[in-house]
Amino acid sequence: MLEQIREKALNGKRLDREEGRHLLTDAPLLEVGALANEVRFARLPERVVTFVIDTNPNYTNVCVTDCQFCAFYRKPGDAEAWTLTVDEVLAKVEFAAAKGATTVLLQGGHNPALPLDYYLTLVRETRRRFPQVTPHFFTASEIRTMAQVADITMEDVLEHLWEAGQRTIPGGGAEVLSERVRTRIEPKKGGPQAWLSVHRAAHRRGFKSTATMMYGHVEQVDDLLDHFDAIRTLQDEHAGFTAFVPWSFKPGNTLLEKWIKHYKGPNAYLRMLAVSRLYLDNFPHVQASWFSEGKQAGQIALHFGADDWGGTLFEENVHKAAAYVNTVTVEEIVTLIREAGFTPAQRTTEYGILRTY
Amino acid sequence: MRFTDARLQPIAEKVFTGERLTREDGHALFETDDLLGVGRLADHVKSKREGDRVYFVINRHITPTNVCVLSCSFCGFARKPGEAGSYEHTIEDMVGMVKDETREVHIVGGHHPDWPFEYYERMIGAIHAARPEVQIKAFTAAEIDYFWRRWKLEPSEALRRLKVAGLQSMPGGGAEIFSPRLAKLLKYTGKADPDRWCEIHGIAHGLGIKTNATMLYGHVETPAERVEHLLRLRAQQDASGGFLTFVPLAYQTATTKLVPRQTPPADSLRTIAASRLLLDNFPHVEAYWVTLGEETASIALHFGADDVNGTLEDERIQHLSGAQTPAGLAREQLFRMIRDAGKIPVERDALYNVVQVYN
Repeated sequence: MLEQIREKALNGKRLDREEGRHLLTDAPLLEVGALANEVRFARLPERVVTFVIDTNPNYTNVCVTDCQFCAFYRKPGDAEAWTLTVDEVLAKVEFAAAKGATTVLLQGGHNPALPLDYYLTLVRETRRRFPQVTPHFFTASEIRTMAQVADITMEDVLEHLWEAGQRTIPGGGAEVLSERVRTRIEPKKGGPQAWLSVHRAAHRRGFKSTATMMYGHVEQVDDLLDHFDAIRTLQDEHAGFTAFVPWSFKPGNTLLEKWIKHYKGPNAYLRMLAVSRLYLDNFPHVQASWFSEGKQAGQIALHFGADDWGGTLFEENVHKAAAYVNTVTVEEIVTLIREAGFTPAQRTTEYGILRTY
Repeated sequence: MRFTDARLQPIAEKVFTGERLTREDGHALFETDDLLGVGRLADHVKSKREGDRVYFVINRHITPTNVCVLSCSFCGFARKPGEAGSYEHTIEDMVGMVKDETREVHIVGGHHPDWPFEYYERMIGAIHAARPEVQIKAFTAAEIDYFWRRWKLEPSEALRRLKVAGLQSMPGGGAEIFSPRLAKLLKYTGKADPDRWCEIHGIAHGLGIKTNATMLYGHVETPAERVEHLLRLRAQQDASGGFLTFVPLAYQTATTKLVPRQTPPADSLRTIAASRLLLDNFPHVEAYWVTLGEETASIALHFGADDVNGTLEDERIQHLSGAQTPAGLAREQLFRMIRDAGKIPVERDALYNVVQVYN
């Protein structure tokens, strides 16, 4: 079957579900990786790996959604619950901007106490005070929460955000886009359509977004294939996704830790990246991460079909809550990309090249 | 098998037909951009030899002393006599270090200026008497050579007496890189040179003592020097046949700083894969997690490695040189490292007798 997959992948033909299954399960890891690498260079011939100078702060940890994989959130009224004021968030943006950040990925819990204006002010003020920074704010489920609280449609929320100056949306909150998985680990967040419909509407309006996947918990191969199929189909509609960004679930301090003690290791990650490069034939970029899987696995991933290395993440709290911490400087990112044999290039939120090193 | 670098095609044909690789092939393996191509070839060889098996041993390190007369530039472990941080274990201390579950002890230490050979002989004898079921892997060729330099004891005599005392196998350390240029540059000329190192392993093999071989890479050596090192080991194995495992050691930068950073994981994967391909007469190639880190060691099981060493309780030499890995890994963590790669953990003893297959 691998020969047939190779034939199709190298001739730009779409892989079907059974082929995806073979790649995710039986195919030898390095065969999958080598083919993904070949396809990556056929599409992006230059030995360039991009990264973004960014930060990943949060505006609140208050959340009513009770996802079982999350160590970050606190219920409203909890002694450890907190919500930042607009000024406090903007101080974080200012701090990151001073360090050269061009992207601020801002997300938070689903806090019903926050009015729509809070979010819109964050976007507007970021645009006004820090024009060099792209507000890459609010995942799909936060946008749904805003709509519920303001009692308007999700499309209207997107329109308000657009008018405030927002142009891109982060891809978090997808987890695994399968009914079965989402019912099991995040029953209050809705099925795959809850995430997909926001991205569809956003793409239609002209937003760009990323698609993520958090694997390594209760999902089976069919769930992963459902996820790949769903985002590939959506990408056919408006081509609004810039990149696919998978990471492994970190069980520390979560409810799921009772059943899942350890994160899926580096080999699973390399396979996931390579398969996504082959299966998601309409995604321009596949992001490997020094952050979520470690610098070693992250570097090796650049030989398995990935062409982007994520961001500097000056601040990150969600993995940290799961007792998983990793830090890096711009200088170190450049060194690590070079060591892996690639030319580092700083990019924008929308994957435009700012500077080649 | 297809490659993005055409140079790998003729090498692949040799690998598939079992033909020995040349020096030039070795250079190509280290030069090519097709890292995964090299890895796939090595994986082919490893899988043909061992299927999905990956070996580990429940072992512990004993480092009798860090007092050393040498001043090798790459070493963060050694201390001068009386220097802060120097230590000398008594034989009773060392006997007490061997725990119930230990199957192998690995004993390597500094070149102590005063300890007589008899101290080493009694050390082995005492551990063997106290725990006869535990296999003793002790003393690098550099230490055996030092017994001659210091006490004029011939290696054949030293090894014969140590074997009588209870020594069963020898570790592969002290080889560093077989290069006169680097021996001079990194100040290890006072140590067994390549001829002597190989000679001593040959003597051990002649006495029925199995040994390992190492290569310290990732500092200032060239790829060509790595290839020479591997070819030299291959020739010695042809001559004496007693090597069990080749253990590439990634240089740890923290204290000695010969280079600013540890060599990247892709280089370690390539080195393991090239070793598997060039050392066609070595039964095993190891992914030594202490120097690689657990992630890279796990990935290396797809690049030709069939062994992860072991639990390595109380490893000191690499850790005092800056290794960031935990000093000693529980069996469960080794399992995870092996199973994450989709491989089958096989517990072995020091001589690769299978203790248990964990399906």
